[in-house]
Amino acid sequence: MLTVAKDSAKADAAVALGRYGPEKACHSGVVRTKRLKKTDPAKRMMWVAHVVAIRDSEDREAFAELFAHFAPRVKSFLMKSGASPDMAEECAQDVMATLWRKAAMFDPAKASVGTWIFTIARNRRIDILRKERRPEPEELPWGPEAEPDQAEALVLQEETQKLGAALAELPEKQRTLIEKAYFGDLSHSEIAAETGLPLGTIKSRIRLALERLRHVMK
Amino acid sequence: MTEIKHHLTDALLMGYAAGTLPEAFNLVVATHISMCDDCRAALAEFEAVGGEVMMTSESAEMAEDSLTATLDKIANAPSAPKVRPRTSGLFPTPLQDYVNGDLDAVKWRKIGGGVSQAVLPTSKGATVRLLHIPAGTAVPDHGHRGTELTLVLQGAFVDETDRFAAGDVEVANEDLNHTPVAEAGMDCICLAATDAPLKFNGLMPRIVQRFVGI
Repeated sequence: MLTVAKDSAKADAAVALGRYGPEKACHSGVVRTKRLKKTDPAKRMMWVAHVVAIRDSEDREAFAELFAHFAPRVKSFLMKSGASPDMAEECAQDVMATLWRKAAMFDPAKASVGTWIFTIARNRRIDILRKERRPEPEELPWGPEAEPDQAEALVLQEETQKLGAALAELPEKQRTLIEKAYFGDLSHSEIAAETGLPLGTIKSRIRLALERLRHVMK
Repeated sequence: MTEIKHHLTDALLMGYAAGTLPEAFNLVVATHISMCDDCRAALAEFEAVGGEVMMTSESAEMAEDSLTATLDKIANAPSAPKVRPRTSGLFPTPLQDYVNGDLDAVKWRKIGGGVSQAVLPTSKGATVRLLHIPAGTAVPDHGHRGTELTLVLQGAFVDETDRFAAGDVEVANEDLNHTPVAEAGMDCICLAATDAPLKFNGLMPRIVQRFVGI
């Protein structure tokens, strides 16, 4: 993953892995989870199996477990994007309800459950907070396969796992900007205005972060 | 489709994955990705980054009856979402959704020099339009105050930087002054988005600009 470097910038093989910076202060009403909690591929495959169980047999227990794990993170994501706690609660419920309804469209050879939920939450945020349409790419003609290859799915889950670990190991300054870019509903220039950092610095830190991720994923 | 040479930048793919681009840019990105497997794969990676950022960050406490409320929502709206049919025609599905049809449904307006445009409805912050440039015709020399994305849907154009054919996207910023010329042979049809008005370098185009809203 992350091998399609358009600008052909190759990560410096000698880049030392960053240390973890000081933990940020907790937002009120938000519980900080352990930064480096490992979610191993087996656990990721379990989430995949849960989605399949919802698709095949409307398994409520599987849904309850997915809900307990993912819904609080979706809610936090929406709150950090500017939603009020009530609105974030409502939207997080909608996102999880969408997961149930679209379970048949999930393809574990293309995305982890976390990635898929992120895209549902992102679209819901655009819908609710920005009141905009969200143009989506055309579905590939072959679509998700009826029974995706387990081996392919496992490879994808392992790669996403590696990506998560690499992200956690980014230097604090770079990781913070990546988080802002995804969480804040901010463009790079808006991040510049918010942080007081020059736009060039923000762009180069994000580029460095992506190079490191690509280097690890090679 | 010939091989696509000009792709989306990391910043655009990341912005699309994060959901922070203006709607007009989202349309160009979604249309290009519909035509380009490389950028589709790259987008999946940027979405995976978003997923991991979300999963390794804080969590917020849910309301007490949250799960029950969600199960109620599921019970009350159980219909499966419909899958859009695969497009036939020139435009990929996301663009057809904005045009309400394919090429023959576009309502063109002449903007001078043989060039026609059709502005598509999007939210504020950026605008997006279809451009029809007759074969061999030049779009007036112009620069950019912001970012301009130009995706070729049919034919090809050449400017000071390179040649852009069907599927290629040119990402232009403040640094670029260019005069795109449609290649001889086939009329060129592009989807172009800007987040600031273009700067035309001649007097006549500037006057025309006031009336056509480019």
